[in-house]
Amino acid sequence: MAGAITVFGSKEEIKRPKHNTEHPVVQGLLIGAALLFIGLVIVLPLVTVFAEAFKKGAAVYFEALSEPDALSALKLTLIVAVIAVPLNTIFGVAAAWVISKFKFRGKNLLITLIDLPFAVSPVIAGLIYMLMFGAQGFLGPWLDEQGIQIMFAIPGIVLATVFVTVPFVARELIPLMQAQGVQEEEAAASLGAKGWSIFWRVTLPNIKWGLLYGVILSNARAMGEFGAVSVVSGHIRGQTNTLPLHVEILYNEYQFSASFAVASLLVMLAVLTLIVKAIVEWKSSAH
Amino acid sequence: MKGSKKRSVLPGFRLSLGFTLFYLSLLVLIPLAGIFIKSFELSWAEFWSAVTNPRVLASYRISFSTALWAGLINAVFGLLIAWVLVRYRFPGKKIIDSLIDIPFALPTAVAGIALTTIYSKTGWIGSLLEPLGIKIAYTQAGITIALIFIGLPFVVRTVQPVLQDLESETEDAAATLGSYRFRTFRKVILPGIMPALLTGFALAFARGIGEYGSVVFISGNMPMRTEIAPLLIMTKLEQYDYAGATAIAAVMLIVSFILLLVINLLQWRMQRRAEANV
Repeated sequence: MAGAITVFGSKEEIKRPKHNTEHPVVQGLLIGAALLFIGLVIVLPLVTVFAEAFKKGAAVYFEALSEPDALSALKLTLIVAVIAVPLNTIFGVAAAWVISKFKFRGKNLLITLIDLPFAVSPVIAGLIYMLMFGAQGFLGPWLDEQGIQIMFAIPGIVLATVFVTVPFVARELIPLMQAQGVQEEEAAASLGAKGWSIFWRVTLPNIKWGLLYGVILSNARAMGEFGAVSVVSGHIRGQTNTLPLHVEILYNEYQFSASFAVASLLVMLAVLTLIVKAIVEWKSSAH
Repeated sequence: MKGSKKRSVLPGFRLSLGFTLFYLSLLVLIPLAGIFIKSFELSWAEFWSAVTNPRVLASYRISFSTALWAGLINAVFGLLIAWVLVRYRFPGKKIIDSLIDIPFALPTAVAGIALTTIYSKTGWIGSLLEPLGIKIAYTQAGITIALIFIGLPFVVRTVQPVLQDLESETEDAAATLGSYRFRTFRKVILPGIMPALLTGFALAFARGIGEYGSVVFISGNMPMRTEIAPLLIMTKLEQYDYAGATAIAAVMLIVSFILLLVINLLQWRMQRRAEANV
């Protein structure tokens, strides 16, 4: 769903004749209203995170970030992202390839299925793996006999994270690759290029910026996933807590400054993600 | 489909389609089917009483009504923001445009604790409203505000490209014929962007119904009053009531599927219209 929105829109400014635009005062009022809304809804929460994080000074801030539980949460978050993001990247490229380069029946259905995780509540995303692998789940007793633990452990957290971030790379690439068509690949094929070399030499250079943004965005979502991970993690401090869960625990223990300090890391990740997006847009419009 | 008979010269159709279907089935479709299989373990009467229990019904009502309000507010302000970003020039526009995506990239829990702090009695906005007797945090208004945050980019990013591509000639014609600006907007521009606006609204609404992270902090989670459906699933799970949790989830899933179908139908229509215009 989010991916219906791609970074590669036509950005050129259209000069409008005077009769086709609003009076400057009306323009000013509309701009003011829009900015006020964005300020209240988006900017204020970001400012709050840093204001609260540094409320008790920089010492408290850095202590919250360097305490063992925070470090182990950071480590787990990185592990999960390092597994989930490449998996979904491979999936996204394969799905975008088949959808954009071939005609086949049921394509629209396939696109809808890829979107499915967007429409499913993150809590339900966690629940489905619980029903599958939990102690009372379909495979639970068998897994228990084998001594394999999936729920309340890293595999469960990875699975839930993969589920929630399945569509991102695919949805970023599909419109981009559809717009590029198949001519270049067909030309390469007619010149005798084989499968993978067509992909590496022709397709990949064309999609690299869109792919980069898709990867970065799914990374941000993977590191920040809360609801789904909350269901499957079991909240074992120092073991199965990711950064967002650590934020929650600190907050519920009224350690607000520490909680916001950890949250500020995630804000920086989000801002970094959007900076990459801006660079990608700039690079792709330069071409 | 014009090329369906001719085989494509490009390689990898079977491999990429096979992998895509395998991956989706294993990670998404089969696990989701588990919800319905588990629901069938209940008898119809048990299922019905699980999903029509007053506390469950209240949670659906709260989830749907707050998501609806947030979707409507976002439709209005999202359209305004898209309009301003596409049509006007002002300093800092690029940065403002980038900020719209913050809710996509920011973890929901972070948004949740920040909004709760702002709107609580001692917060920047909450303390201003407190003397007026208006409470936001720990009420349904608070839930709605969290959902506005989550849903805003869906509306802006769906409407923006359509507004950009809107032919200015039709507007010119309307203006030449002596239409006033607002009339032009209502009669010419609004019908053109309506499918996009509806899609954006539906996306924000669908996301709002299932949202968890940003809401649990600000909602206060009082049963019957500020307990959303996803939270009730969570509560049931913590009490090891798997069947009860699954029954609530099954109903929510069906609603999500219907919404997703509506959204995709809208998008196909938009696409077809865009192709017809080329």
